[in-house]
Amino acid sequence: MTPILHRAPRKSLSLIALAMLTLGITACGKKDAPPAAGNELVITIGHAAPLTGPQAHLGKDNENGAVMAIDELNSRGMTIDGKKVKFVLVSEDDQADPKTGTTVAQKFVDKKVNGVVGHLNSGTTIPASRIYSEAGIPQISGSATNPTYTQQGFKTTFRVFANDIHQGQALAQFATKSLKAKTIAIVDDRTAYGQGLADEFKKAAEADGAKIVAQEFTTDKATDFKAILTKIKASNPDILFFSAMDAQGGPALKQARELGLKATFLIGDGGCTPEFIKLAGNAADGQYCSLPGVPLEKMPGGTVFKDKYQKRYNQQIQLYAPYVYDAVMVMADSMQRANSAEPAKYLPEVGKSQYQGVTAKTVFDAKGDLASPAVSIYQDKGGNWSYVETVGAVSK
Amino acid sequence: MDILLQQIINGLVLGSIYALVALGYTMVYGILGLINFAHGEVVMVGALVSYSVMMALVPSGLPPVLLALISVLVAAPICMALAWAIERYAYRPLRHAPKLTPLISAIGVSILLQNLAMMIWGRGYHAFPDILPVVNFEIGGAQITLLQTVTIGLAAITMGVLAWMIQRTSLGQAMRATAENPAIAELMGIPVNRIITLTFVIGAALAALAGLMVGANYSVAHYYMGFMLGLKAFTAAVLGGIGNITGAMLGGLLLGLIESLGAGYIEDITGGVLGSHYQDIFAFLVLIGVLVFRPGGLMGERVSERA
Repeated sequence: MTPILHRAPRKSLSLIALAMLTLGITACGKKDAPPAAGNELVITIGHAAPLTGPQAHLGKDNENGAVMAIDELNSRGMTIDGKKVKFVLVSEDDQADPKTGTTVAQKFVDKKVNGVVGHLNSGTTIPASRIYSEAGIPQISGSATNPTYTQQGFKTTFRVFANDIHQGQALAQFATKSLKAKTIAIVDDRTAYGQGLADEFKKAAEADGAKIVAQEFTTDKATDFKAILTKIKASNPDILFFSAMDAQGGPALKQARELGLKATFLIGDGGCTPEFIKLAGNAADGQYCSLPGVPLEKMPGGTVFKDKYQKRYNQQIQLYAPYVYDAVMVMADSMQRANSAEPAKYLPEVGKSQYQGVTAKTVFDAKGDLASPAVSIYQDKGGNWSYVETVGAVSK
Repeated sequence: MDILLQQIINGLVLGSIYALVALGYTMVYGILGLINFAHGEVVMVGALVSYSVMMALVPSGLPPVLLALISVLVAAPICMALAWAIERYAYRPLRHAPKLTPLISAIGVSILLQNLAMMIWGRGYHAFPDILPVVNFEIGGAQITLLQTVTIGLAAITMGVLAWMIQRTSLGQAMRATAENPAIAELMGIPVNRIITLTFVIGAALAALAGLMVGANYSVAHYYMGFMLGLKAFTAAVLGGIGNITGAMLGGLLLGLIESLGAGYIEDITGGVLGSHYQDIFAFLVLIGVLVFRPGGLMGERVSERA
């Protein structure tokens, strides 16, 4: 016990005693309830993304989306099992590193979080998902697109974003049908995301009759692409598909043009950002990118979300913030329907979601992937990504 | 043939930048026997400061070449002041400590600078404006831009001036004397502390220039960029023989060429077993190879006894 320095007045002492007593009674009455303070139910949601390192800008964007959802839930005043709910976000930096990702996951499990939103990268999401699965904690990722994530047979893995199979097929369809490409070069950054997307794209493009004339590789930390681009230039492809994030794609496109490589540039969702155009400059004009879902303006709650985000953070949405926002909302909605925040109780409800979110109506298939994901193609026109077409909901 | 030529040009540009940064490592090592691991971060600060200056001056409508000149004139003194502070507060108090202590201090400074840069410039990537008009010359089917020509030329001139300064001026003589034996040099009336500070400061000026070159050539600057670049330049310095000025220049150029040609031809050489994502391992394979077979580096003689 800490020594009392000043004698507290009698009255307040007895008040404290009374409060403690009440607390004790409530705690005894509901033995299986998560830690609760009085009539308040505290629900902790873990969020993991790289907040330092080369992808920190995307990680922070994800975190912003989660924070907005949490604040909105708290101001809305949800009740579960007759108790007022207080959501708390615990955000951790996984540095986009698989090892750190699993450490963060273990930390969340030890803290007994009620659910996890994230991670950002496929490379961290997949190893972490095993830890969450063993602890029975539901996980919803708003950005990890590697198909493996939901194909491991875990019951706890969900994704509110089209995966790389959907996206690779859509990109290949666009390249071969709309752009009528015959010869294609592929570069990937050898991450779970880059490699996965490149593989799916290659399979689908070859099935559509295109020829892969060059396949080169880089890393997610590279800045100099001239050596591989020089090699690609020799094979003179119609299209260069760059399967990496914006930080590599932008400079790579600029360097390609400096070398006189004229192929049309195509990049996946990792490059579908304002950052990409900023980095590539004029070279980005007329090039294409793809993004799962439909554009923000065509999302059911897109414009409202965009305004709210820009007002609050005074910057543009980078990429995944609305999806991470929806991921938190889907989780809260499932808890509401299960009338419990206990992972084991609300987990079955996540799979039955019919939640009308900002990005789309969330309905999961048996694996935890979106049942009918759409992928949209954008083209840079005068420094902005403008919508070209939606390459249908690809059936699986 | 044009591809080979193009890869050689790519390698020379990369190599010139490595060489400029490697000089900073090698000069400090030559004099203090210390590997200044914070040097890569000085390059990063140089790049980001020149970026900020250029962006601030873009609305003035000055020609881009002038912008680049002004930005390097601002970035160089800032980097020099930074290097002075690093030497004064992170290394000098540890000068007589065991060799490992300043090394750890160097790594600490490097982490500190990265985080400071993240706070000042944010986590985002910064797109460098085009300094020179994008003009391509064609030589035997290979494309070389005006910027690349200027980069290689400027690096060569800078290195020439540095070599002349070290061999011919009294400052250079004092630096060489300090490298030989600091205690005797002091007895001969050479202000050893000042010479050491100057060595750091000159290295930082080269780093600022290299930072601008990296930003301009690869059109991107980021708070994290100094780490890998520093490691590669350190490798270049070891390749040439750490402590040896000519060695650092040669090592830098060689490493650039090895990386570029390696990434271009590894697939053909290994029959598709290894791909171009192994570009980065060349630098470190070279480092291991040099350390095992010729610890003194290509041009080094006395290094093994000092290290």
